[in-house]
Amino acid sequence: MALLRIENLGQAYKDAVILTDINLSLERGEVFALIGPTGSGKTTLMKLIDLLTKPSLGSIYFDEVDVTEAESDRLAARRRMSLVQQKPIVFNMNVYDNVAVGLRWRGVAKNSIREKAEHALDLVGMADYAHRDAKTLSGGETQRIALARALVIQPDLLLLDEPTANLDPNSVSKIEEVIEHVIKEHEISVFMTTHDMVQGQRLSHKVGVLIDGQMLQMGKPDEIFNAPQSKEVAEFVGIDNILAGTIEKKDGELADVKVAGGAISAISGFEKGESVYALIRPEDITLSLARDGGSARNVFGGVINKIITLGSLVHIEVDCGFPLFVVLTARSTIDMGLVVGTQVFISFKATAIKVIRRWS
Amino acid sequence: MSEIWDGLVQAFQLIFTFDSEVMSIAGRSLWISAASCVIATAMCIPLGSVIHFNNFRGKSFLVSTIQTLWSMPTVAVGLLVFLFISRSGPLGMFGLLFSPTAIIIGQVILISPLMLGMVISALKGVDKLVSETAVSLGASRVQKAILVIKEARYAIMSALIMGFGRAISEVGLSLMVGGNIYQYTRTIPTAISLETQKGNIELSIALGIILILIALIINIALHMLQRKKA
Repeated sequence: MALLRIENLGQAYKDAVILTDINLSLERGEVFALIGPTGSGKTTLMKLIDLLTKPSLGSIYFDEVDVTEAESDRLAARRRMSLVQQKPIVFNMNVYDNVAVGLRWRGVAKNSIREKAEHALDLVGMADYAHRDAKTLSGGETQRIALARALVIQPDLLLLDEPTANLDPNSVSKIEEVIEHVIKEHEISVFMTTHDMVQGQRLSHKVGVLIDGQMLQMGKPDEIFNAPQSKEVAEFVGIDNILAGTIEKKDGELADVKVAGGAISAISGFEKGESVYALIRPEDITLSLARDGGSARNVFGGVINKIITLGSLVHIEVDCGFPLFVVLTARSTIDMGLVVGTQVFISFKATAIKVIRRWS
Repeated sequence: MSEIWDGLVQAFQLIFTFDSEVMSIAGRSLWISAASCVIATAMCIPLGSVIHFNNFRGKSFLVSTIQTLWSMPTVAVGLLVFLFISRSGPLGMFGLLFSPTAIIIGQVILISPLMLGMVISALKGVDKLVSETAVSLGASRVQKAILVIKEARYAIMSALIMGFGRAISEVGLSLMVGGNIYQYTRTIPTAISLETQKGNIELSIALGIILILIALIINIALHMLQRKKA
């Protein structure tokens, strides 16, 4: 039985459609990560699930009770969930009172409040801050207090809206540590939004990709990241090589995909003549100075067009009739003496290519 | 010039010797205005909350009307209260005319629009995320309202102080419905008005200084609250 079920949910403000036909369910103990670019409607969906706003269309069921409209049902459901906002605020009181306030509103006994609030503060590593004025906390500390405030009520459903956005790496790891602990130790369902795909992949059982208010794909993290079903999802999950083409030849599972400036061999279920996209992750492509493709079916000679250094990694664009992006370590780039204009060979296996239908 | 100087010297003598008449008038002014403020606060905080937390047709018109009433002339309020509590008025049977109660009623009517408007502004000034977070944490409508009022407490205190300042310094209303009766309804502003006409300058100046001191204390308190709020 799903703890949360959403059916045909839609949200619009005046003429602007924010969310369209959202359907999803969340089981007890399940962690759902909603990913999507900024402005895709993630926070709107989060607020609908937290019952802060009412939807324009569709229904929300919490523990199989329809909580779309009736205010008493909504309050009862809301008291079984808690939200940590992207930029949480603290109330004008001390840290302890900020954490305890949700319990007081639920009429919990005083002794129990003290025990639970102290435990929650301890969990987020803020036990020594109990008597501090909450308004004097830093961004990372405020986020931890917001998390403690949400956890102290022992919710059935924890909602996390970009819980680590705009935080320093130390605060991010502390928050993630607490979230991981809570997920493991308690049978709590978590619905989180994030633009950090690694975080989404690591913490969740299920991932949904929301783009322009539509849930374009939902599934296990590996499916989303390795087998996107649309160009938009592929772009969002970081597949830099998206080649538009047509199936030119079919030999069993093996297909020749004609792309602008060449042809590549891929494994595909599509028939000859179908319009497709060939998706290749940059990390699945090997770059070498001599022609040595090994067992790879696709080997192309080309010239380096562009080199972009991103920390310890280097993104290299190679023109081999069509542009392909390759990722190397900065050390390898130096060792191989790669500069713009260097002649190189790139190779990748037919199985490294994901072929999806292209709707014209 | 010497008249003013002599007046000032004698006024300070009256203040520092705790002259019974000066103290009695000042004390009466303080308690009447304090009572008006307490009653107005008890009305304006709940009423302001109801207006702020509910959306209804004509809300912005209502708020505009309340703000317009901030500059209501004291004599107009005095006349209104007089008509209601005079012997032939609808509340004449209570015998309230020319009593401290009459002044309190008038002052409550006078300062309520100011305090109500400021309470609404104070609640409006609280970050919307406070309400949203409270609701998200499971607060009922009443619990949310109480939290938001607490968050706006410094701004609400400012409203209270402003109301007190207006009440203690008004003269027209107290004269009309209080009657400026010696040792009964005589307040600082009405006493200043009367004693100046009688030529009793030193008493007027002494009371004037006390009134200015009260205004100064009010301003300092307001300033401190605003700093705390910031």
